[in-house]
Amino acid sequence: MPVEHTLGAVILAALVVYALSAGADYGGGMWDLLASGPRALRQRAAIEHAIAPIWEANHVWLILVIVVLFTAFPAAFAVIMTALHIPMTAILLGIVLRGSTFVFRKYDAQDDAVHRRWSTLFGASSFFTPFVLGLCLGALASGEIRVVDGRLSSGFFAGWTRPFAVACGLFAQGLFAFLAATYLTVDTEHEPDLQEDFRARALVAGLLLAPVAALTFVLARDGAPQIFAKLTNWWAPFLVAATSVSAIGSLVTLWYRRFRWARTAAVGQVTLILIGWGLTQYPHIVVPDLTLSNTATAASTIDALQSALVVGAVVLFPAFGYLFYIFKRRST
Amino acid sequence: MTDFVFARSQMAMSLAFHIIFAAVGIGMPLLMAIAEGLHLRSREPIYLDLARRWARGTAILFAVGAVSGTVLSFELGLLWPRFMEYAGGIIGMPFSLEGFAFFAEAIFLGIYLYGWDRISPVVHWLAGIVVAVSGLLSGIFVVTVNAWMNAPTGFELVDGRVTKIDPMAAMLNPASLQQVIHMTLAAYVATGFAVAAVHAFFLLRDRSNVFHRRALGIALTVAAVGIPLQTLSGDMIARMVAERQPPKFAAMEAHYRTEAGAPITIGGIPNDATMTTRYALRIPSGLSLLAQGDAQASVRGLDSIPRDEWPNTRIVHWAFDLMVGAGFAMLILAAWAGWLWWRRRRLPDDRWLLRALVVAGPLGLIAVEAGWIVTEVGRQPWIIYGVMRTADAVTPMPGLVVSFVTFTTVYLFLSVIVLYLLRRQFLETHPTSTGSR
Repeated sequence: MPVEHTLGAVILAALVVYALSAGADYGGGMWDLLASGPRALRQRAAIEHAIAPIWEANHVWLILVIVVLFTAFPAAFAVIMTALHIPMTAILLGIVLRGSTFVFRKYDAQDDAVHRRWSTLFGASSFFTPFVLGLCLGALASGEIRVVDGRLSSGFFAGWTRPFAVACGLFAQGLFAFLAATYLTVDTEHEPDLQEDFRARALVAGLLLAPVAALTFVLARDGAPQIFAKLTNWWAPFLVAATSVSAIGSLVTLWYRRFRWARTAAVGQVTLILIGWGLTQYPHIVVPDLTLSNTATAASTIDALQSALVVGAVVLFPAFGYLFYIFKRRST
Repeated sequence: MTDFVFARSQMAMSLAFHIIFAAVGIGMPLLMAIAEGLHLRSREPIYLDLARRWARGTAILFAVGAVSGTVLSFELGLLWPRFMEYAGGIIGMPFSLEGFAFFAEAIFLGIYLYGWDRISPVVHWLAGIVVAVSGLLSGIFVVTVNAWMNAPTGFELVDGRVTKIDPMAAMLNPASLQQVIHMTLAAYVATGFAVAAVHAFFLLRDRSNVFHRRALGIALTVAAVGIPLQTLSGDMIARMVAERQPPKFAAMEAHYRTEAGAPITIGGIPNDATMTTRYALRIPSGLSLLAQGDAQASVRGLDSIPRDEWPNTRIVHWAFDLMVGAGFAMLILAAWAGWLWWRRRRLPDDRWLLRALVVAGPLGLIAVEAGWIVTEVGRQPWIIYGVMRTADAVTPMPGLVVSFVTFTTVYLFLSVIVLYLLRRQFLETHPTSTGSR
């Protein structure tokens, strides 16, 4: 495998971790906005408790994706940021509002009216941002962003304004909502009534996800034909089967209140979905014109970047382990 | 206004906003680590109280800094795709390292802010040290990228194509060392004076408040140690700019005509058409001495540079004078405080000094902003000095006025809220503990 393909795998891996960590933080924001019933305040508190110490570190995975993308594949970065200028700007606004309103809420007056005002903005941007992220990933797969002689030729609306991209956006929202609710069932294991609230939410989100997934799949036939064609590969049935098993597994374990199992299954489900997207997209960054190889920068930079990533990982993973150990270990 | 002007305005506005949070994000963890370290040594609970209170403010600033920094990393591509296509492979390396430093900072800040009761005091203090060091490192890596834009090295151009990329050489370019030192000290000095002003303000109301006395002691020490070093660093970076970027240096000094024994021009109104600066104060031979260390040396003026490669003289000259003026004001203030401390061997709490410190609170941050205007506007019309013009790097996207207005509105809103919340952090349950001096 050429070295730039390894970096492609690193980008995908970072996206997977981003979805698993920050994705759930977005989902937490959605459930914050939707908090209801007699325990609404406690639901919000549980969400805040789960997110607060880790969301900033989780967010850095996205920065890693961007940085590795522009270091290793600068030509692809330039095209993506031009073709998707409008949705990317929207993502930025979402990120800025979500992060700042979350911290404002914590440090502003602790009366309910003020709290709610910040919560509304925080929740709305938590809904909005994953949707636009989904639009962007759908656009990359659509095959509609075209490049002629290294220059974007398809304008500023190609791909992300299509039904397929919209389905991807809805799918990302649903997935993150499901993931967050499932995590929260484990985070609230000492508060059975809250745990039941989040179980119900996870089940609803998980069941709603099925028709959205089906819709995305159907729309991909016309909306992302090159990607769809890859599904005839030998590995495709295995991947679809494994994804389905983990999706059904997470619902079944939620139903039977095996929450730690459900969390594991949900993690597997999200990971498999993104790996599936990566495999069908491979070796393209932007289907059909830009590949890992034809946009890679000089080998000297790729090599240096790889070494930096290895050193970074050696420092980073123990640090992350420590962070999660401190805040997520089973409290006894 | 054209899309190009809006792209530049949006970038300038985003940087001007972010840099405040970035500088304070480097400075505050140092102050917190000092306070907590003093607590570990002296067991005085007031130092712990101080570290915790500072941490509350830092949490707000860090969050806004993190998201506004994300905006910048996207904007590089959203506004300057040609630049990133060209330079991504050359200067992506320090950006990646910055990514890791930022990771470490975010992870350990999470541990620091939320782990007070979950880990031992020493481990907690060490987490604070990691935050301070990784914040410093992120700043250093990002500044090397900017230094590369001023002194592009580590690649070769063959028929307009980039080849022979050496990412290490690009990162360790000839402007890196001077810029890194200057910005790092700026972050500490600016934070030190800003924090000192807050506590000086409360001491003016109650000079025996031990909490604010301890706080002022730490902040003022960092500021007063930093500012003389910053003056030396300023001299070092000015010589480097004089040697490597004559147009920027000439614009900083409003120095139009190449001459021997050139004077320093302070203030005044530079006029590009007549190539003169009216109403300015001049120090004979000062510029030759400053740039070359020889009063009779010849200093290149803007007349030696093609007219279409001049930066905006007025903006660069005035921003430079503002930065230097703010720097010297802080230097005098630090000398005054140091003299009082040396005379009495205790925290200088002279009423007039406290008043001056309150007024001087924003000076460091003003100097940071002015300094970035000097280096950024002074590099124009180039985005990569001598290699790529800013106008050639801009996105083809039309209608940039929309995103400019949107981000400006959002940032104004955030600024107001942040100021309001910081004020709250100090006013609510304001510590009134009094004790020995």
